[in-house]
Amino acid sequence: MNENLFAPFSTPTLMGLPIIIIIMMFPSMLLSRPNRLINNRLTSLQQWAIQMTLKQLMTMHNTKGRSWTLMLTSLILFISSTNLLGLLPYTFTPTTQLSMNLGMAIPLWAGTVILGFRHKTKKSLAHFLPQGTPNPLIPMLVLIETISLFIQPVALAIRLTANITAGHLLMHLISKAVLTLISINITTALITFTILILLTMLEFAVAMIQAYVFTLLVSLYLNDNT
Amino acid sequence: MASVVPVKEKKLMDVKLGELPSWILMRDFTPSGIVGAFQRGYYRYYNKYINVKKGSIAGLNMVLAAYVLFSYCFSYKELKHERRRKYH
Repeated sequence: MNENLFAPFSTPTLMGLPIIIIIMMFPSMLLSRPNRLINNRLTSLQQWAIQMTLKQLMTMHNTKGRSWTLMLTSLILFISSTNLLGLLPYTFTPTTQLSMNLGMAIPLWAGTVILGFRHKTKKSLAHFLPQGTPNPLIPMLVLIETISLFIQPVALAIRLTANITAGHLLMHLISKAVLTLISINITTALITFTILILLTMLEFAVAMIQAYVFTLLVSLYLNDNT
Repeated sequence: MASVVPVKEKKLMDVKLGELPSWILMRDFTPSGIVGAFQRGYYRYYNKYINVKKGSIAGLNMVLAAYVLFSYCFSYKELKHERRRKYH
């Protein structure tokens, strides 16, 4: 059983060729392209949803920060659609791979930091020291703030990976338990099944929340530095 | 059996069974031909089920069901071991 648990998380290959690229491009095929002023039902629904998230995300930024709108909107769309598709049975979720999340987190975080250092050097450096610290504490606090700055991209990536992976694993385990319990004791199986249903609802929420958190944090880092 | 219209231009439903191998060989298997085939298939599905005035969720669901089936076929090798058997 131990090997079976982690088999869904291995990169899918077709005779040695990684088809993960095709799987990563798949969510983009599900979205329709609006090409009229007033579109059909599905496209209007999609447009409304995207505009709602866009307003939520970008109202707090100034003009310079708003040039990142396209990047952040596509980021939240990609992560939430990939996570939601991973909830279907037998599918593979690319966001469970740490490599991909690091690849998303590090460039975005580095972009915000470099932007801050280029345009507002004094203010960015001033972030390293909170206001009103007693003088003897200053060196240690600068060190701590530097470490906390460098941990930001790692935390972003690991947060997403761990949440999605843990959710998937829990669902696998509990469903295996339900299947085994049915032949032993039906009542316990029913209780465990209720737990499974609640967990599935939680997973749907987590899928979307994680996307939101990722994007929100990137936009916060952006706000700090614009 | 020879036919009046050249085999290459016929659609699949009009090709007679004896001409099938030559029809398959005449298809365009270059990379741009394959990409063109995928594009045509995509737009055929998109215009029939999604780009309509009152599209319903069935258009999306068919794609998701096909995706689940596709992923099942891919992970069949590992899933083989999880069947209910007395002795694994």
